[in-house]
Amino acid sequence: MRTILHSDLNNFYASVECVYEPSLRAVPMAVCGDPAVRHGIVLAKNMLAKRAGVQTGEAVWQAVRKCPNLKIIPPDYPKYLRFARMMKAICAEYTDAVESFGLDECWMDVTGHERGGEAIAGELRRRAREELGLTVSVGVSYNKIFAKLGSDMKKPDATTVITPENYRDRVWPLPAGDLLYVGPSTRRRLAARNIRTIGDIARSPRELLRTALGKSGEMLWVFANGLDQSPVLREGEGEAIKSVGNSTTTARDIVDDAGAHRVLMALADSVAERLRAQGLQGRTVCVSVRDCALYTTSVRHRLDHATALASEICTCAMALFRAHYRWERPVRSLGVSVSALESLEGDVQLSLFADARDRRYDLENAVGDIRRRFGHDALRRASLLGGGEIHFLKEN
Amino acid sequence: MAHRVYVRVQVDVDESGKTRPLRIFWEDGRSFAVDRLLDVRRAASTKAGGQGMRYTCRVRGREIRLFEDDGRWFVEARDAAAE
Ligand SMILES: [Mg+2]
Repeated sequence: MRTILHSDLNNFYASVECVYEPSLRAVPMAVCGDPAVRHGIVLAKNMLAKRAGVQTGEAVWQAVRKCPNLKIIPPDYPKYLRFARMMKAICAEYTDAVESFGLDECWMDVTGHERGGEAIAGELRRRAREELGLTVSVGVSYNKIFAKLGSDMKKPDATTVITPENYRDRVWPLPAGDLLYVGPSTRRRLAARNIRTIGDIARSPRELLRTALGKSGEMLWVFANGLDQSPVLREGEGEAIKSVGNSTTTARDIVDDAGAHRVLMALADSVAERLRAQGLQGRTVCVSVRDCALYTTSVRHRLDHATALASEICTCAMALFRAHYRWERPVRSLGVSVSALESLEGDVQLSLFADARDRRYDLENAVGDIRRRFGHDALRRASLLGGGEIHFLKEN
Repeated sequence: MAHRVYVRVQVDVDESGKTRPLRIFWEDGRSFAVDRLLDVRRAASTKAGGQGMRYTCRVRGREIRLFEDDGRWFVEARDAAAE
């Protein structure tokens, strides 16, 4: 099962303005397109303006009629773009599968990540607050559709988890219009057949939806039943995946090789699991290191055979780390990625160690399988357990 | 509360692109050397508003939080009313 996050910056434009002018938090405020023109529209509003009934998309004059003391701010797109990029950079520290949806939303595939979806969600929220001064709501689920619904369910600064166990209770009572791609006209056509909630869509016969709405009706049925399989697309590509990587920022700086090894092992585990889940293996291992002064180095090595084995990825990553990092400063963040990808199937490795490698693949596949069924913590590598010092950030 | 005071700074940029503030110039003409750089991280200024790379510096025995925001630098200054 995949772990997909959807993060949504709350009242994005308005919140960025409040970062620079905290006094705006105490008054109803809206960012409006060209406020000099009376026909400008509301692009975003803060909590107080929302409470006064101001709506995104309405004309400025309508908003002012509802809320006479509304403070109107002109938009500053370069600034919003800068904050959107910073948020995306934070997301990209956890996985290379980050798909933007507008400026303020994105999906992340963190399947197999050592920390788990809910903990990462908590960390995104904390980092958005501390590093950007913004709040974000995050949906955690096993498909993109439910993750997006989750991020809408509780705001601001909240996490909503939707699982195969709770989606009928949490998702099905929601109005059909909350589902991605259900616009006003689809909503009307559904209502004409007395389909009003997401649960109504899910429980309708698939055939009926196809008849009513064609292929997109069938798609909505798939969405409502939590069966959507669409992948989180990587930056700028819908085509082939070029690399699989994970990285992590540790709660306390890493100060020695042993600490680095534990983190690299966890990252290699997660990368290997994701590679195998996608039927891939790769020849190039890349390690990126960011020290506590935020200086980043990245080094790579080409193996003589492709691999999707955590043990081999970790050994290579550790060798790279030892060879290139001189401990001038403690380490704050580490990343491992594998590129030069090829298909795992049909690759007959006739190396001397083929048998031993096959057994290791069997072992790692078994570990992956147990984790899928019983949760990621069911099996942990012994090297991750010892050591006393906990490097991974625990959610507070 | 506090407000942002944009300041002139003298910085050192090393071969890797890492920036380090060396001296802060106050608007009245005085300037202060950064004695020690204690911490560097991206942060929002909760006191004065604004956001950027935050350099926590020791200056004359005091801790000063210096922000680099899109190429401009500011410090958090206490509001006159609060003093
Ligand atoms: Mg938003």
